[in-house]
Amino acid sequence: HPTPPPPCRSAALPGSATCTQRACAGRAAPVVPVRRGPAPGAAEPSGTEPGPGAAMAQPAGPAAACPVQNQMMHSSDAQGYNPAVPGSYSHPKVPPHQPSGQYNYSGSQNVSQFNSYQGPGQTLNRPPVAPLSGSPVQQTGPVPQVPPPALQNSAAISSAGSFPPGAGPPMLSNWQYSQSAVSHPAGTPPSHLAPGTGTGSAQPSPSLSGNTNPPGSYQYAASPGGPSLHNSFMKPATPHPSPAPPNLKMNRNVGYSYPALPPGYQNTSPPGAPGMQASALQYPDGSKHFHQPPLGTNHLTASMGSLSLQQEGLRPVNLLQERNILPTTILQAPVPNLHEDIQKLNCNPELFRCTLTNIPQTQALLNKAKLPLGLLLHPFKDLSQLPVVTSSTIVRCRSCRTYINPFVSFLDQRRWKCNLCYRVNDVPEEFMYNPVTRVYGEPHKRPEVQNATIEFMAPSEYMLRPPQPPVYLFVFDVSHNAIETGYLNTVCKTLLDNLDLLPGNTRTKIGFITFDSTIHFYSLQEGLSQPQMLIVSDIEDVFIPMPENLLVNLNENKELIQDLLRTLPQMFTKSLETQSALGPALQAAFKLMSPTGGRISVFQTQLPSVGMGALKSREEPNQRATAKDIHLTPSTDFYKKLALDCSGQQVAVDLFLLSGQYSDLASLGCISRYSAGSVYYYQSYHHKHNPVQVEKLQKELKRYLTRKIGFEAVMRIRCTKGLSIHTFHGNFFVRSTDLLSLPNVNPDAGYAVQMSVEESLTDMQVVSFQSALLYTSSKGERRIRVHTMCLPVVTTLSDVYAGADVQAITGLLANMAVDRSVSATLSDARDALVNAVIDSLSAYRSSVLSIQQPGLMAPSSLRLFPLYVLALLKQKAFQTGTNARLDERIFTMCQVKNQPLVYLMLMTHPSLYRVDNLTDEGALNINDRTIPQPPILQLSVEKLSRDGAYLMDAGSVMFLWIGKNCGQSFISQVLGVPNYGSIPQNMTHLPELETAESIRTIAFVSWLREQRPFFPILYIIKDDSPLKSSFLQNMIEDRTESALSYYEFLLHIQQQVNK
Amino acid sequence: MESVVFIFSLIDCCALIFLAVYFIITLSDLECDYINARSCCSKLNKWVIPEVIGHAVVTVLMLISLHWFIFLLNLPIATWNIYRFIMVPSGNMGVFDPTEIHNRGQLKSHMKEAMIKLGFHLLCFFMYLYRLSSCPSSLV
Repeated sequence: HPTPPPPCRSAALPGSATCTQRACAGRAAPVVPVRRGPAPGAAEPSGTEPGPGAAMAQPAGPAAACPVQNQMMHSSDAQGYNPAVPGSYSHPKVPPHQPSGQYNYSGSQNVSQFNSYQGPGQTLNRPPVAPLSGSPVQQTGPVPQVPPPALQNSAAISSAGSFPPGAGPPMLSNWQYSQSAVSHPAGTPPSHLAPGTGTGSAQPSPSLSGNTNPPGSYQYAASPGGPSLHNSFMKPATPHPSPAPPNLKMNRNVGYSYPALPPGYQNTSPPGAPGMQASALQYPDGSKHFHQPPLGTNHLTASMGSLSLQQEGLRPVNLLQERNILPTTILQAPVPNLHEDIQKLNCNPELFRCTLTNIPQTQALLNKAKLPLGLLLHPFKDLSQLPVVTSSTIVRCRSCRTYINPFVSFLDQRRWKCNLCYRVNDVPEEFMYNPVTRVYGEPHKRPEVQNATIEFMAPSEYMLRPPQPPVYLFVFDVSHNAIETGYLNTVCKTLLDNLDLLPGNTRTKIGFITFDSTIHFYSLQEGLSQPQMLIVSDIEDVFIPMPENLLVNLNENKELIQDLLRTLPQMFTKSLETQSALGPALQAAFKLMSPTGGRISVFQTQLPSVGMGALKSREEPNQRATAKDIHLTPSTDFYKKLALDCSGQQVAVDLFLLSGQYSDLASLGCISRYSAGSVYYYQSYHHKHNPVQVEKLQKELKRYLTRKIGFEAVMRIRCTKGLSIHTFHGNFFVRSTDLLSLPNVNPDAGYAVQMSVEESLTDMQVVSFQSALLYTSSKGERRIRVHTMCLPVVTTLSDVYAGADVQAITGLLANMAVDRSVSATLSDARDALVNAVIDSLSAYRSSVLSIQQPGLMAPSSLRLFPLYVLALLKQKAFQTGTNARLDERIFTMCQVKNQPLVYLMLMTHPSLYRVDNLTDEGALNINDRTIPQPPILQLSVEKLSRDGAYLMDAGSVMFLWIGKNCGQSFISQVLGVPNYGSIPQNMTHLPELETAESIRTIAFVSWLREQRPFFPILYIIKDDSPLKSSFLQNMIEDRTESALSYYEFLLHIQQQVNK
Repeated sequence: MESVVFIFSLIDCCALIFLAVYFIITLSDLECDYINARSCCSKLNKWVIPEVIGHAVVTVLMLISLHWFIFLLNLPIATWNIYRFIMVPSGNMGVFDPTEIHNRGQLKSHMKEAMIKLGFHLLCFFMYLYRLSSCPSSLV
């Protein structure tokens, strides 16, 4: 060899703390030099063979193909289709075995902490069930049976003038088709023909509010058994504007005391009458999925604006006068103005949400509305109910590759028309058989056509290589600074505890790298009595010291791994090395991982100082306050390039930054951002000085380690021809126009896209969006998760405003503002946010409002828009005039980009509750726990009273503020201290006391915590606490030193609008 | 002398035309998903500096040879090229950044820019050709 061997040594790892000395001695001693370069096996072929483990275990039979996944429950069926267990998922399931439960949204028993869209148990708004006060689970039976016939009639009668029932020939032809299906029981045809004429031509629209949908274009023919199933008053005319289903996963009692109950939503009842059950069994879903061809003048759009709910969204609100606009419950997404049969099938808004639920027909109209058009996605969210389809052919459009979905139209039994590109496709033979009902000739009742969210088991065409094994590599900073913080102890312990819970199978591989100014590898070769450390000190040109045994099978080498994790925290306690070679360590990690792909978790505690990717401190503390010249852009492209390399090899890097000083997260964050990882930031982490952070790290790390994970994923978002996506937000790399490369996908990541209307959507009543996420599960199966959303198209500006989703708009604007602050300046971004409000409200004023009234008018759908934008301006990412540290600001920006909308909204606009008088009234019941539901208060000091205690939930942090004259009982029975004065200064835990108050409060706080993937620290603060300023910072509606109060902000907007 | 200047300009202009066509082809390949953003951008970034230099040379040459009109015609585009090259943010991987090229219509604006340059260079090409043929000491 011409090149001298690099300075690389290997040393035996000490088995215990007492052996540390020996390790140090071992490091100093000259040991085995490791050959570098083209050593045999050192250079893994980077081709398609991802390591020895990858070739094995191809899923063979259905049993192997469908192991029970994390939170998904499904059972294999003979046909390979897994009928979903009836219950909570918000789309009607087609469970053949249990007809009585199938439409019962409220009847779900599955309460899992991250899927909060279980059936709403709201029954209040349904007049027929008004007297009921029990749990909706029990009340589903015969009661709702009463109204349908009446409704049916009223609908038919009210529309009779314009369109006589049964007069629609195309409708009838469809019906003939379904009648001709072979296996109809003799008794059913009449019963389904009757609704066919009655409801098919005149849909029973929410006629409670006196509106009818004129018959026509867009109706799905009503189903057999339909009348009893279709009494879902999806859009009742409630006085309250919050239009959507309650998000709460529980049954609320009817005696619930809040005025702002969201309307009952899709509370469809099961066919209760015994006579109906037979037919319901045969026709499990109420709707026949046949799009009607447009019937001349009968356009859906004509009927749409008339729906009461949308009008409610348009009701002008004078923001200067109406002070109490904040709903007292969590604000729900608006329901798209679609026919109920379609809406019932639509994708859950928590997974897929659009800023405008009424899509403007042209770009000109969109421009006029001055609102951003975009989607917010949470595609890999943990779901308790997910239908999984295993079939050899996945039916997709032949030209645009759209997956078949509930919103396609079947022209006849053999052909379907794509709803994205309008190509007519053939229905494959296999698709004719419906495994759920076991009936041939019902392609429109296949689960693919009944569920907007579905998962396919992908056949081998969807694999470029055999599915990779789960590979986890941990990279620890062990410099002096890192050891000082004591994080290694916590991390190793948490990892040790959760080693068995890491998602994976027998192929799971794991490896460790530590680094200071050198890089240490750990050989975990089978047969070694203890792990062997290999030190590479050549950080300029990093190489892997040995080809194998650095990433080892978790199950086969568990003892060695546990041994390493136990000794690791003690090994470096004497280290005096202060340098940090993060860049080279990442390069080494990348080289180690590139043959297989997988996840790298990096723990870093300081600014990387040596080797490639070394950074310099750019923060100038004096300039924190000014919005100018702060360094939001990365200072080097090293991390970005490395991230793209990682992305190309299906490696994702998650960064845990635990640092007291400035660490240039703007540069470091790129490594995660473009490799689809996530960033965690623990400011000033210290095991002694900052114990709350330790708990936070522990809890979040546990979630991180055990949550579901998808490997080598790609996501594609398709939309109807005419719409196009022009900007993507989130952590990924956009590989080609609409293909997002996601080396890892995790259930806690959200994405956003901005769209434009390229060609006008003339003649379209609806548009659809489909996201398809192709990933390898931790069990080594290739799966495709598909979400489809359907939204109506509108032609008038007022309709666009009526369907505006203020939370989604705020979320998208926040994403855009982050981009703007990075590409331009922070003050530019702030101006853009304010202008977004001004422009949209003035457009509304000039184009929609017919009567010019004094004051600041906003459509009811946007009434919270100024408040949310003000909240964004006061959020850490965009605020000025505070001493927010640069890293903290950038971390918040990362969160804006990567958090799903729910959490983003909570971080932007915290919820404030009064908790000293919690009662069980209106409480939720989950697993025998009673969780009180206090109303949400406005974020203003005027809502605080000295004799109360208030909980502010700001997403990643919670404050419990105790008023000076707070009731003695609360202080003693919840906080466990005798009086106000003796509340400790830095109290962060609620003691678990035996009192009812304590149980209630703790139940409420832990319920809030359980709903999110991160762990909010609870700070209990008094009047003189140092954290009081943080608490007051979150009082969005109040004036702070540098920011306007809500009222001042409104006045400012009014001034600009009236200009 | 004059003819030498224009012969050189003509050759340079040809090269720039080819470069503009190459840019357009590569960008439209990206648009049609034939290549991925990473390889597209690394291909294009390689040619950004040659383009800047190539155009700057012609511009300077025109200044030296005192062809004021042609110099002024070239100046804005040459300045834009240099400006664009200098203003690349520190974290980006060049004028064409694979992580951003699909965002905010960047692909379209790059395409538009390449088209405009192509048109401009074609115009210049014929102008140089005309000047060359009308040179008193023409080689012809």
